Amino acid sequence: MTADTGYENPAPRKGFFTDTSVCIGCKACEVACKEWNLIPEDGLELTGMSYDNTVGLGADTWRHVAFIEQRKPLGGQESTASAASTVDLGMPAMPGAADRSEFRWLMASDVCKHCTEAACLDVCPTGALFRTEFDTVVVQEDICNGCGYCVPACPYGVIDQREDDGRVWKCTMCYDRVGDGMEPACAKACPTDSIQFGDLDELRERADERLAQLHDAGIDDARLYGRDPDDGVGGNGAFFLLLDEPEVYGFPPAPKVTTRDLPAMWRRAGLAAATLLTGLAATFLGRKR
Amino acid sequence: MTGPVRDGTDVRADATSPPERTAVVGARKRGRRGRRGEQPMVPDAEFTSYYGRPVLNKPTWHAGDIAGYLFLGGLAGASSILAAGAQLTGRRALARSCRVGALVGISGSLYALVHDLGRPARFLNMLRTVKPSSPMSVGTWILMAYGPAAGAAAVSDLTGLLPRAGRAATLGAAVVGPAVASYTAVLVADTAVPSWHEGHRELPFVFVGSAAAAAGGLGMIAAPVGEAGPARRAAVLGGVLELAAAKRMEAGMGLAAEPLRTGKAGRLMRAAKALTVTGALLGGVLGRKSRVASVLGGAAALAGSACTRFGVFHAGVASAEDPKYTVVPQREQLDRRGG
Ligand code: SF4
Repeated sequence: MTADTGYENPAPRKGFFTDTSVCIGCKACEVACKEWNLIPEDGLELTGMSYDNTVGLGADTWRHVAFIEQRKPLGGQESTASAASTVDLGMPAMPGAADRSEFRWLMASDVCKHCTEAACLDVCPTGALFRTEFDTVVVQEDICNGCGYCVPACPYGVIDQREDDGRVWKCTMCYDRVGDGMEPACAKACPTDSIQFGDLDELRERADERLAQLHDAGIDDARLYGRDPDDGVGGNGAFFLLLDEPEVYGFPPAPKVTTRDLPAMWRRAGLAAATLLTGLAATFLGRKR
Repeated sequence: MTGPVRDGTDVRADATSPPERTAVVGARKRGRRGRRGEQPMVPDAEFTSYYGRPVLNKPTWHAGDIAGYLFLGGLAGASSILAAGAQLTGRRALARSCRVGALVGISGSLYALVHDLGRPARFLNMLRTVKPSSPMSVGTWILMAYGPAAGAAAVSDLTGLLPRAGRAATLGAAVVGPAVASYTAVLVADTAVPSWHEGHRELPFVFVGSAAAAAGGLGMIAAPVGEAGPARRAAVLGGVLELAAAKRMEAGMGLAAEPLRTGKAGRLMRAAKALTVTGALLGGVLGRKSRVASVLGGAAALAGSACTRFGVFHAGVASAEDPKYTVVPQREQLDRRGG
């Protein structure tokens, strides 16, 4: 929450709304992110995972476009695509085109969620991870000592350690650009506005409208992910419109910041410590040897 | 583009259908998988993932460093308590061996911690802040309080210098020792790693039990049979606590218990059980009469404690590497909430 960040006159919280229903899988965001943030190359392998050779987020991948091929009709596809409504370009007809609508391609550009309750930030022992005046979560490279605690803490598998460097890296929501009044590189580069940057409140309204629009159009699978401030991480600064279950895209279906359990965990640890002390003290009672 | 647009949306219908070929379905349903002769306790669940890729980024920690740290920290913390008890009851040899054991343990711990950092030279950055929300920050400050006390206790004992300060340091280390032994459970449990987090209620008890068994083992090896009574009882009590807590923990973890029973972690946990029981019986019972049994039992107890820590460590890593352990419980939770 902005109120908790300690800034005196916080700017409105900034965020990303990634509307995957208009993503065309061009990976302009991946490229723009790498270029702007000077992220090193991290392997050039062909994975066989559809068009995805980036695999997932990590120290050297701050935007990752997922590609999912499914035997499901595309929402709206069965609709008005009749001969009458298309212009005949004189292209050769594809045999059997009629029964090929049972296929859809989902594409989604993943990024750090800039959690409201960010586990990575909570567990960072040096204060290298901090919350900016835009309510985003950023690593200070000059402080991080590479303890790696944030890596398993992140419920989304976002932040990771760069091996030859030792420190952890992740999306900064282009802190440098945003500070200068520019939008992040990925949003700037996205040709379909699948990635939208702006004030989070406004993005949430826009997302709600878009969702209603898709539901009206009969695309019942459409849902928002990370939009809800009451979810396990207090909502995401970077949230998504998805066309299938989150896990299909590699997202955790119900992520939770474990810091919420911390008071309970400390109580149990305290109890265990007391048990150890009294138990070992008891070994000295009674017998002389 | 003149793609037909459905009223009010810009979801375009494809004018040309996708090419005819067998699509690789990304959202793979995975069913039962063979597991080299081991029977999973929980039947494999059907679930969806992105090409079977993990949801989490697995811990970057090295087993030798961090599991080693969990073991040595526990050994040190519990040894300090035994040292204080021995000091108060006039068991000088036991006190000395426990003080030295604590110093060696904590030194090894610190070395492992620093060694595991991506930037070891920046270790001191840990001290630029006190962060209650970070178990690692809290732990660092616990170690800062404990280390000097444990060190002073051992050095004073070995050199004979400042005996009164040494005795006070021994007591001080015994006060902080339990925290050193138990906080590491919170350290690993406060992560998204299923097999660490799901055990968070019982893990501190597993760890302090394991710590007591290790310290008992050390005492049985280093102190003469006549003074090692408390060490023997520590090995027995600690072993019982560890095994009972581990059992309870696994029972409450659901699917996340599976990695503790399979693969490398499963082998380590089974070895831990066997070694801990051996240590308790051999050292705790036969060790009352025999020095040889004491030493062998002590070694078994120490090894058992180490296996527990490595087992828990590897189970966590395995649970982070397989999306199943993240997706299935969360999906179940959502479905429960939904209907
Ligand atoms: S998604 Fe992960 S890395 Fe990003 S803010 Fe949340 S916890 Fe931190």
